[in-house]
Amino acid sequence: MMNRRDTIKSLLLGSVAVGLTVQGCAPKEDSATAALPKAENTPFYGRTPDEKARDKRLHEEIFFNEHELETIAVICDIILPKNDDFGSATDAKVPEFIEFIMKDMPYQQVPIRGGIMWLDSYSNKNNGKEFKRCSTEEQLAICDLIAYPKKTKPEHNQGEKFFTSMRNLTLTGYYTTEMGIKDLGYKGNTPNVWDGVPEDVLKAHGFEYDAVWLAKCVDQSKRGELAKWDADGNLIS
Amino acid sequence: MQIKKSPKEFDVIIVGSGAGGGMATKILSEAGLNIAVVEAGPHFDPADPEQKNQLKWPYESPRRGAGSTRAFGEFDAAYGGWNIEGEPYTKKNGTEFEWFRSRMLGGRTNHWGRISLRFGPLDFKRRSHDGLGDDWPISYEDVKPYYDKVDKLIGVFGSKEGISNEPDGFFLPAPKPRLHEMYYKKGAEKMGIPVIPSRLSILTKKINEDRGICFYCNQCSRSCSVYADFSSGSCLIFPAQKSGGQITLFTDAMVREVVTNDSGKATGVIYIDKKDRKEYQLNAKIVVLAASACSTARILLNSKSKTHQNGLGNSSGMVGKYLHDSTGADRIGFVPELMNRKIYNEDGVGGMHVYSPWWGNDKKLDFPRGYHVEVWGGLGMPSYGFGFNANNLNEYIGGEIGGYGNALRDDVKRFYGSIVGMAGRGECIAREDNYCEIDPDMVDEWGIPVLRFNYTWSQHEKLQAKHMVETFDEIIDGMGGKVISGERPGADRDYGLLKPGQIIHEVGTTRMGNDPKKSVTNKYMQLHDVDNVFIVDGGPFVSQADKNPTWTILALSWRTCDYIVDQLNKQNI
Repeated sequence: MMNRRDTIKSLLLGSVAVGLTVQGCAPKEDSATAALPKAENTPFYGRTPDEKARDKRLHEEIFFNEHELETIAVICDIILPKNDDFGSATDAKVPEFIEFIMKDMPYQQVPIRGGIMWLDSYSNKNNGKEFKRCSTEEQLAICDLIAYPKKTKPEHNQGEKFFTSMRNLTLTGYYTTEMGIKDLGYKGNTPNVWDGVPEDVLKAHGFEYDAVWLAKCVDQSKRGELAKWDADGNLIS
Repeated sequence: MQIKKSPKEFDVIIVGSGAGGGMATKILSEAGLNIAVVEAGPHFDPADPEQKNQLKWPYESPRRGAGSTRAFGEFDAAYGGWNIEGEPYTKKNGTEFEWFRSRMLGGRTNHWGRISLRFGPLDFKRRSHDGLGDDWPISYEDVKPYYDKVDKLIGVFGSKEGISNEPDGFFLPAPKPRLHEMYYKKGAEKMGIPVIPSRLSILTKKINEDRGICFYCNQCSRSCSVYADFSSGSCLIFPAQKSGGQITLFTDAMVREVVTNDSGKATGVIYIDKKDRKEYQLNAKIVVLAASACSTARILLNSKSKTHQNGLGNSSGMVGKYLHDSTGADRIGFVPELMNRKIYNEDGVGGMHVYSPWWGNDKKLDFPRGYHVEVWGGLGMPSYGFGFNANNLNEYIGGEIGGYGNALRDDVKRFYGSIVGMAGRGECIAREDNYCEIDPDMVDEWGIPVLRFNYTWSQHEKLQAKHMVETFDEIIDGMGGKVISGERPGADRDYGLLKPGQIIHEVGTTRMGNDPKKSVTNKYMQLHDVDNVFIVDGGPFVSQADKNPTWTILALSWRTCDYIVDQLNKQNI
């Protein structure tokens, strides 16, 4: 039987957070939870014991209800649908990210939760149904009223604030995933030997490294040689 | 429950394990002394897989690197921040001071910017030049040999430039400039502002067998797992342990006070063990305080006894006075020519590859002293906040702001790497009426009376910030960019001057001097009042130049340790 928690779990699409949720909130269901990741299996990076305890607590909490999560998913994919090369915001699990951020940054809770309600109220009044139940055309018509900060009518300002927050959370949630980083094309975070801006790039921007400056720079072929100086501080190795 | 006293007597107790304490640990242990290092936070080793953050991806964290528990983002190495639960501080007279503490082995050296600048000859004698503040009782010539030794021991890249108040050292070679740094150079040089390779304590070349060489991940703020950047633990304390020094580390041990005997000499310290919440006493012949300028002042002020009724070393009443932090103001520019960039790995070292040293010593300006310029930008790794207001820059090129759909992907890529930021970091005039003191009404969770701050900026600092902002706007213009930081802040916002403490260069609270009535320590950073207590953090600074204080803390700590060994050999202490 699916209860509310399970439903939300399924909406959250099998992230580590799900394992933690079950593990933390239903510790007595040993047989059902034994195979799920333990809290310690939180993606691993340097956390203090206090931070680990805080993360565990946050993973155990549930903030959004089912309706809110479904609405968020709709908005996220309006903001960032899939294209030929990459998936949509929900493919990148952005709704789960937003759920976590609400718990991690409680000051965001009222604006986002209230914003969803604003959107539904607007939709109920004008379309006679909640936002998520509207047709795509109806949804986009509403978004057009609140998605362009310079063009917003004063009576839609609160909706604009909400949509801007959702756009920010969606984009930051997407571009910090493996998919989003690949989409962006970021090439770093890997050991390498930096030897300057590629020649063609420098040239395209009208620059070149001058010889005087280059003489001060590291000769990467000698980076492994022990540094030695003369008495005046000139590097001689 | 009574205080648990160790029967053992150490030669030296060092309180704090940051730059000053780490250097003291190395030098004094290598002199054969038996050392206790007492650190208020946990053990930390950036190579420990349990603690390592280097090379982690944003998606390895549910909050993608946001700063919910760490001020500079959760991958930043500092355990602590502006506010530490259970360890408050207060402010008086409506003034502001933000106090950053890092509770861990190595302290703030684990996450700092590695900007390693020597003070110049002028910086030690500014009063003689402009009549403000005070001269140091020592000169550049006294410190130069130690700067030289620190360069060779720890490693700093840079370039020999022959600029009079920016002394050259024993530099490792510099990394080549990034693309946005070339734009900065173009903009600054148009105004006659010098741009030179930055000077950071990061190993671009092998310096010894114990430490790795930089692999250009841009993440020094996470503390380097191959020890290619300077952190006190990885570059001073661990090597000292490895070479057989007699070093006992006490971690999670928060020192409350220095204990003195009837004749007023120090005999040890009392600390609270944060794990069992009990008090312990350690004994030693010598106490070296390196807890940070403000923490050391706090310990001294809390060390009241019959002989030292105003607190230890405070017969002058100067402990806590002359607190000063660097000035700071920032601006950001958008450079349309950097749009639609070809993307390549531009991480580089953890910080800027170029900077501008202060160029105005001989100029007639409406403020004293000066500042240096730090630069940022480039093709950085996304983390929480990336993509916020993704296309607001369309305002400058006539595009649409906001919206939804796949056009946003194009906007994000178009503007990626097109922003260049500048930060000025300058010298504040030290004043007696900027101070920290003990709050008479409050203790922290360890029962230790907390600090209360009183700090204001004067017109000197405000006008300096005004100059920074005006200069940066002009540099941005010279780069072909547009200022996106909004209107220039006016007098009502102190011209953009950041709050005191925000630059995290607290110094001056136990300043050195020849006159015991006007200073806390002598020129060897030995208390005037008690000859077996020394201070090797930023507290003894008389002024702090526009230079980041760490390299000078290291040099002065080494100098004091040589003095301690000399005085022990002569049986003077």
